[in-house]
Amino acid sequence: MSDMPLLKVRSLSKFYGNRIGCHDVGFDLWPGEVLAIVGESGSGKTTLLNCLSTRLMPSTGDVQYRMRDGDYRDLYRMSEAERRVLMRTDWGFVHQNPADGLRMTVSAGANVGERLMAVGNRHYGRIRATASEWLSRVEIETDRIDDQPRAFSGGMRQRLQIARNLVTSPRLVFMDEPTGGLDVSVQARLLDLVRGLVSDLGLSAIVVTHDLAVARLLSHRMMVMKGGHVIEHGLTDRVLDDPREPYTQLLVSSILQV
Amino acid sequence: MSAPHTEPVTAPESAGEAELAAYNFAYLDEQTKRMIRRAILKAIAIPGYQVPFASREMPMPYGWGTGGVQVTAAIIGPEDVLKVIDQGADDTTNAVSIRAFFQKVAAVRATTHTADATIIQTRHRIPEHTLKEGQVLVYQVPIPEPLRFLEPRETETRKMHALEEYGLMHVKLYEDIARHGRIATTYAYPVKVHGRYVMDPSPTPKFDNPKMHRSEALQLFGAGREKRIYAVPPHTDVVSLDFEDHPFEVQQFDRPCALCGATHVYLDEVVLDDRGGRMFVCSDTDYCETRQAEGHVGEMLATSEREAAE
Ligand SMILES: Nc1ncnc2c1ncn2[C@@H]1O[C@H](COP(=O)(O)OP(=O)(O)OP(=O)(O)O)[C@@H](O)[C@H]1O
Ligand SMILES: [Mg+2]
Ligand SMILES: [Zn+2]
Repeated sequence: MSDMPLLKVRSLSKFYGNRIGCHDVGFDLWPGEVLAIVGESGSGKTTLLNCLSTRLMPSTGDVQYRMRDGDYRDLYRMSEAERRVLMRTDWGFVHQNPADGLRMTVSAGANVGERLMAVGNRHYGRIRATASEWLSRVEIETDRIDDQPRAFSGGMRQRLQIARNLVTSPRLVFMDEPTGGLDVSVQARLLDLVRGLVSDLGLSAIVVTHDLAVARLLSHRMMVMKGGHVIEHGLTDRVLDDPREPYTQLLVSSILQV
Repeated sequence: MSAPHTEPVTAPESAGEAELAAYNFAYLDEQTKRMIRRAILKAIAIPGYQVPFASREMPMPYGWGTGGVQVTAAIIGPEDVLKVIDQGADDTTNAVSIRAFFQKVAAVRATTHTADATIIQTRHRIPEHTLKEGQVLVYQVPIPEPLRFLEPRETETRKMHALEEYGLMHVKLYEDIARHGRIATTYAYPVKVHGRYVMDPSPTPKFDNPKMHRSEALQLFGAGREKRIYAVPPHTDVVSLDFEDHPFEVQQFDRPCALCGATHVYLDEVVLDDRGGRMFVCSDTDYCETRQAEGHVGEMLATSEREAAE
């Protein structure tokens, strides 16, 4: 890990009218680090993730991102054009519902190749070869390259969505409940895959989940949210093995009872 | 484009035309024409950019090219000579009706000869005879948005144009190659205009795309239902999108025109009888007839002349 944070978040809040989405959140994310955001339904996880990934305009606060050239840029002072370039090259976003992150009516190969074409790749053979490589990397048979994701199972769709995001070698990936809609056995396989990719590629990731087992398996650090506030924040093993806040203790004990 | 004429047309030729005669020169009122001309000027200033305009009801259904008709109505003057083609032919119902419309409401001269026309309104084709400086080609466009195929949201396609995010166009071409082994798109083949905006030359065949490139003529596109006007000014780069390993190619025909013997022109298949007889002839009828008049003879004509002689 480098000695400079990739993301610096300060006093970030989002209000929906009078309702708190998230309130006064601050943290640093380091290169190669996976941060889990956990909490019950409605606690503000998605709101926070969307404010970090510029999909939602925060009410106050700022988010600094360290660009490839080493300079920090305030995400909310960038032009929309720059932000969109960042989002499709240096970042990935994995949606809970793969249909939100895939083009369901174009082939798997084109889904993976789209970002390459967006950044100017104009050699069909090479785009296809890269797409094929990525399909096998996420354990999709390469002879499915011309099939549309409509013909894929939920787990395959999610793996395709991941390949589509990683093809441009992003440095930061946001994931909102990436295993949410999947069967338990399928979840386990996907988590293994994600864990392998994150460490192989040295990715930084911010993963929203209400499943503490997912946080345990994937993340180095975690933040526990309640009512829009971060109530506990620390190394994942520490938070799960020795929770300080009564609310976190409740969360942890309820999973241990399962 | 000659100077706009502002007098109302008087003296109807017959009682049946009285209602049309009550309209201004070229049907549209002067204020509407000015509005459309402003849109056209903006379109010329930003080649390939789709300019919204307040499309008017025309006395014909949308499928009949009301966008093209409004553009023509806004630029036509009494000195203009108009040619109207549909699929390359001057004599289809659509072409005949539009030509008759302008003869009535603007009393302009009409021609079928490409070289004689000052304004050519077209659906589907660009004439084979190379267009020259001073000529205007007006296209009737059904769907102006090239990104519509993969992105149905108008707000998003506008943003993509503004930010020059055209990766999706190549996704479409990628799908073509993945499915057919080559770029199978033959009509409405996307082009990049002046190195900036991606444009749909719809619905012309890709055979005609190279004719748009650095044409001496002014090319104007009108989409009536979708309320958009766009333009390619003379001498502007118009480049068909492709891949390095699947370069853009026009359709090749493996035989010359059966009537005039022309090669390197766009041919239509014509069914001759119900026993499978067919021939391939120029889709541009004026071009074909002109060549025949000059003495060029295709295979089919040669055969029938031989038979007549026997
Ligand atoms: N668009 C919105 N308009 C108004 N209130 C919203 C909106 N989106 C979220 N909220 C509210 O903000 C709070 C946080 O919601 P958020 O979706 O961030 O929670 P979450 O932790 O992601 O929940 P879940 O686990 O159910 O996905 C909730 O009270 C929610 O009702
Ligand atoms: Mg959520
Ligand atoms: Zn011919």
